[in-house]
Amino acid sequence: MDIDAWLAAVQADADRRGLPELKPLLATLAAATRALRAGVKAMDADDRRRDNR
Amino acid sequence: MTAAATIAELTPLLRRGRLRASDLVDASLRAIDARDRELNAFITVTGDQARAEADAADRDAAAGRWRGPLHGIPISIKDLVDVAGLPTTAASRVRAGHVATADAPAVERLRAAGAIIVGKTNLHEFAFGATNEDSAFGPSRNPHDPTRSPGGSSGGSAISVATGMALASLGTDTGGSIRIPAGACGIVGLKPKFGEVPCDGVVPLSHTLDHVGPLTRSVRDAWILYDVLRGAARDPDGWEPRPEPLTLGVPRRYFLERLDPAIDALFAAALDRLQRAGHLIREVDVPHADLIATVYLHTVLADAAAYHAPLLDARGQDYTPAVRLRLEMGRYVLAEDYVRAQQARARLRASVDRALEGVDALALPTLPIPAPPLGAESVQMGDKSEPVRAGMLRLTQLFNVTGHPAISLPMGKTPAGLPGGMQLAGMETPALLEAALVLEPIITTEPIGL
Repeated sequence: MDIDAWLAAVQADADRRGLPELKPLLATLAAATRALRAGVKAMDADDRRRDNR
Repeated sequence: MTAAATIAELTPLLRRGRLRASDLVDASLRAIDARDRELNAFITVTGDQARAEADAADRDAAAGRWRGPLHGIPISIKDLVDVAGLPTTAASRVRAGHVATADAPAVERLRAAGAIIVGKTNLHEFAFGATNEDSAFGPSRNPHDPTRSPGGSSGGSAISVATGMALASLGTDTGGSIRIPAGACGIVGLKPKFGEVPCDGVVPLSHTLDHVGPLTRSVRDAWILYDVLRGAARDPDGWEPRPEPLTLGVPRRYFLERLDPAIDALFAAALDRLQRAGHLIREVDVPHADLIATVYLHTVLADAAAYHAPLLDARGQDYTPAVRLRLEMGRYVLAEDYVRAQQARARLRASVDRALEGVDALALPTLPIPAPPLGAESVQMGDKSEPVRAGMLRLTQLFNVTGHPAISLPMGKTPAGLPGGMQLAGMETPALLEAALVLEPIITTEPIGL
C-alpha cells in the first residue's frame, strides 16, 4: 500500500475514533515506514551485488 | 550488609554460619525503608513474608539443608513477572485486581535455588518505555541524582540493586530494559541470548523481542543467576580465565556517531585501559545499522498491539496517555511492513554474526547519554537532538532484534557523577560471561552500590 494513502486513511481513522493526538505519531510512523521500505530495497540490492560477484 | 556486597562474597559467609539470611533480608528492608519513599523503586514490598522465609532459610542452613546457590539471598522481581499470591501490576491501572496464581518459571527457579523475594519493582508501564516515568505508581528516580530517570523499563529493579534494597533483581529486556537501567544506575545487567530463559508468566511486550535476565552488582553474580534461570549449574568459582588477551570489536559507524561527550570520554578511557592491559581492539562494521530503529519499531509496535488490542478497546482510558498512544500506533502497522521488518531482521542478525567473526565480543556504550532529567522530551546526541526514547534505545535494541546476548558493565562516572555503562555482546551467553568476567576489573574501576 502506498504510504501517503495509508497515512491519510489512518489519520482519518484516528479522528473518527476520537484520538486526534495520535495523528503526529502516525506521521512519525509513516516516515519510519518509508525508511524501512527504502532500507529493505538497499539490502536487496546489496545481496544482488554480492551474488553477482 | 554493605551496599557493595555481592552474592558471591556473601554466600560463603552464609554457608559458614557467619551471616544469616535474616540479617540480609533485614538489611534489604531497612534500605527500602530508608530510600524508597524518595526513589519509588517498589510497587509491593513483601516484608513479613520475606522475614518468615529468611527464618526458614536460616533453620535449613543450621540443619545442613542448603537450598542452592541463592540460599537466603534477597532478590526483587520486576512487577511484570508473576509471583504467586501477589498482583502483577505491570505498573498499570489496566491490571487492577490481578493476583498471580502461580510463580513464573523464572521465579520458580530463583526460589528453588534459595532466593527470598523482598518485593516487586516499579517499571515503565507494561515495559513500554525506557525512562520509568510512565507508571500508574509514579515515576522512579535515579539514586545517583533523583532529578533524573533511572532508565527503564526495569528501573525499579536497577535502583533496588544499586542501593542495597536487594542483592539482585529479575528484569525483562525488549529493547534494552535490563541494560539501560543497569547502565544508568551503575550496576551489571545481563540480557541472555533469546529463548534461554523462559518468558512464561511474564506480561508480554513483544513475543519475538522479550528476554528475561538478571540485574546484579557483579558479573559473577549475573553468572550465578543466569545459571539458575536457565536451569543449568556451572560454578563460576571453578572457572579459570584463559591466559591469552581478548579481542573486542568496536562498531564505530552508527553506534559511536552520536555520543554525549562525557560518555564518549568514559568509553574511550575504558578502551584505553583495556588496550594497556593487553587486550586487542579492532574496528568492525554492522552493515545496514541505520535500519535498526525502524526494524525494531515495526516489530515491537505490531507485537505489542496484538496483545493489547482487547485491553485498549475495553480500558483504553486506564493506560498512561503516552503508552496508550504508542500501543494505538501499533494497530496501524501494515502486515506487509511487519514482514519487511522480519526480513530485515534476519539480515541484521547475519550482520552481527559477521561482525563477531574473529572477535570475542563487540564493545560499545550501553547508553549514548547519561541518565536524562525526568520530564525531558529530547536529548542532545552529538550535533542532533533526538526524542529521549529513541536516544535511550539506540545502542541496545539491535541485540533484541538479533537475539544475541549482551551485558552492561559500569565503566565509571561522568564529571557530574552519573554512571556510564559499557555493553559487551557475543554469540553465546556463557562465552560472553567468561569475557565479561575477565574484563570487569578493567572496565569497572569504581565500587558498585550506593
